[in-house]
Amino acid sequence: MKLNLALAQIATKLGDVESNLEKHLQYIEQAKAEKADLLVFPELSLTGYVLQDLVASVAHRPTDNDPIFKPLLEASHDLDLVVGFVDEDSRHRFYIASAYLSAGKVVHVHHKVYLPTYGLFDEGRFFAWGDSVRSFDTRFGRMGMLICEDFWHASPPYLLWLDGADILIFSSASPGRGLNDREKLESARWVERVSKAYASMFTSFVVHCNRVGFEDGLLFWGGATVNDPNGELLSQGPYFEETITYTELDLNQLRRTRARLPLLRDERTGLVQNELARILSKNRQEKP
Amino acid sequence: MKIDLTINTSVARTILTGFIRSEVTRVGYSRGVIGLSGGIDSALSCALAVEALGRENVLAVRMPYKSSSPESLTHAQILIEQLEIPSTTIEITDMVNPLFNLDSNITKLRKGNIMARERMIVLYDQSEVFKGLVIGTSNKTEILLGYSTQSGDAASAINPIGDLYKSQVRQLSRAMNIPSEILEKAPSADLWEGQTDEDELGFAYEEADELLYLLVDQRYSPQECVEVGFDPSFVDTVVARVRRSQFKRMQPPIAKLSNRTIGYDFLYLRDWGS
Repeated sequence: MKLNLALAQIATKLGDVESNLEKHLQYIEQAKAEKADLLVFPELSLTGYVLQDLVASVAHRPTDNDPIFKPLLEASHDLDLVVGFVDEDSRHRFYIASAYLSAGKVVHVHHKVYLPTYGLFDEGRFFAWGDSVRSFDTRFGRMGMLICEDFWHASPPYLLWLDGADILIFSSASPGRGLNDREKLESARWVERVSKAYASMFTSFVVHCNRVGFEDGLLFWGGATVNDPNGELLSQGPYFEETITYTELDLNQLRRTRARLPLLRDERTGLVQNELARILSKNRQEKP
Repeated sequence: MKIDLTINTSVARTILTGFIRSEVTRVGYSRGVIGLSGGIDSALSCALAVEALGRENVLAVRMPYKSSSPESLTHAQILIEQLEIPSTTIEITDMVNPLFNLDSNITKLRKGNIMARERMIVLYDQSEVFKGLVIGTSNKTEILLGYSTQSGDAASAINPIGDLYKSQVRQLSRAMNIPSEILEKAPSADLWEGQTDEDELGFAYEEADELLYLLVDQRYSPQECVEVGFDPSFVDTVVARVRRSQFKRMQPPIAKLSNRTIGYDFLYLRDWGS
C-alpha cells in the first residue's frame, strides 16, 4: 500500500486564526491537486507559536460547528489532515494540540505532554499539560502524533510504538538556534538525528513537519523530513522557506524491514514494565 | 583552551536578511534607515539591509561632528558608493554645541552621550522622511558590556546584528565584502579625537568575545573561566560590567499596582497579529 504524504512547512500570522485557516485551505487545494492522501501542518499551525497572552483568544474546539474546524472537516473528505491548534477543554484548560481529521471526522486529538519551560521557551506558563500518549487507527494503518518537545523525550515515541503506531507524525514550531561553523543549525541537527534514530530503532516511518517564518527574532527553520523503517531519509524540505514537500510512502517497507530486523517482535515489554516498576518504587522510597 | 567563535556566514546571512525583510515588511514598511558611522558594525547592518530590502530602499545617514575623524566620513562614503544606496549627511555640530556651551564644566562622557542621542534624533527624523525603520547597529559584545548610550546608538526598531560577537561581525563583514578600510581599522565610537573602544574599555574585543562566549553562551561560571586560563581580574571586570549594565538592556521597570501590568503580565510579541 502507498501513502502520498504532503508536509506543509508554513509561516503563520501570530494570533490571526482566520488568516491562517485561509492558508491551510489554499495548501489543501494544492495537495489535493497533487493527489496527496495525507497533509500535515506544523505545531500550532492555525495560531502561531509565541502566543503568550493570546492563548485564550485563539482557542478552538475541534467540532463540526466550530467556524475554524468546519471547513477543515469538510476538506478532510478529500484527504486526511493533521492541523496544529490551541484546544480548550470544557473546563477551560488550554492545550497545544494536533488533530487528525479524516472523512469529515476528528479521528484523534493529541495534547502536548511535554511543555518546555526553560531557555527561550515558556509553554508551561501558558498551557495545560496533556496527560496521554495514544496511537490511533487510520485508513493507512495505525499512527501516532507528537508535538515538538514530546519527541525530545524518548518515552512518548516508545509508547506510541508499543501502542501499535507504524507511522509517527512529529510536528514542530522549532526556533533555529546554535549557529556555529557548520552548515546546519544545532537545533536542526538535533531533531534530524533523533528522527532518524526513532525510525531506525522502531523500524517505523517517522515524519517531521516544522514551521518556517519569523516571530520577532525567532526564525523557525522548516526542513521537513521523512525517514523510512530502515532509518533512511526519503525526503527533506528546504530550510527557512515556506513550501510543501511530497513523499510517496511504500507502506510495504514495514514488512520487509521487520522481516529482516525483528526489533518490534523481540521488544521485552514485560522486562521494561518490571524494571520500571522497580525503579519507580525505589525512587519513591528514596524521596521521602 | 581553544575557543572557536567561527560561524557559518552563509547561514547567518540567510537568517539575518530574512529577519530584516520579515520584521520591516510585516509592520507595513519596505524601507530602512541606518546611521553609517564608517565603522564595521553599521557597515554590516547596512549591507544586510541592502541585501534584504534592495539598494533603493536603504538610506544611509552620515552624522559627523566637527571633531569627527574625516576618515569616518570617507569610509562611510566608500560603502555608500559600493552599495549604490541613497545617502544624506547631516552634521550635528550646530545642534549639540549650544548644549555643550551651557556648561563650561561639561565632560567628555557627557558630550559623547549628547552626540549619540542627537544622532538618534536625526535618525528617527529621517525615518519619517524616508518612511523607513531605523535598523540597529549594536553587536552582542557591546550590548553585553553596556558599551553604548541608552536612547542613543542603542535605539533602533530592529537589530539584525545583536546576537553576533564583534569577531563574528568581522567574519560576516568579510563574507559580505565590506571594504578593507573599514574591516581593518581599530573600532572607535569616534566621540572624541583619537578615541578607540579598546583603549577605553581597557581590553581587546577578541579577548572579551571569548570570555563572554564562555560566560553567556556556554554558561561557564567566572571561576571556570579562570580555570581555563583567563586572568582573574579581567574576568571580574567583565562580569561586573555585564551586571552593572543590565539596565541598558531592559525597558524601564514599571511599579506594579494593578492586576495586569505592562512588562510583567501583559505579554505579547511585537509581531502580534502579523
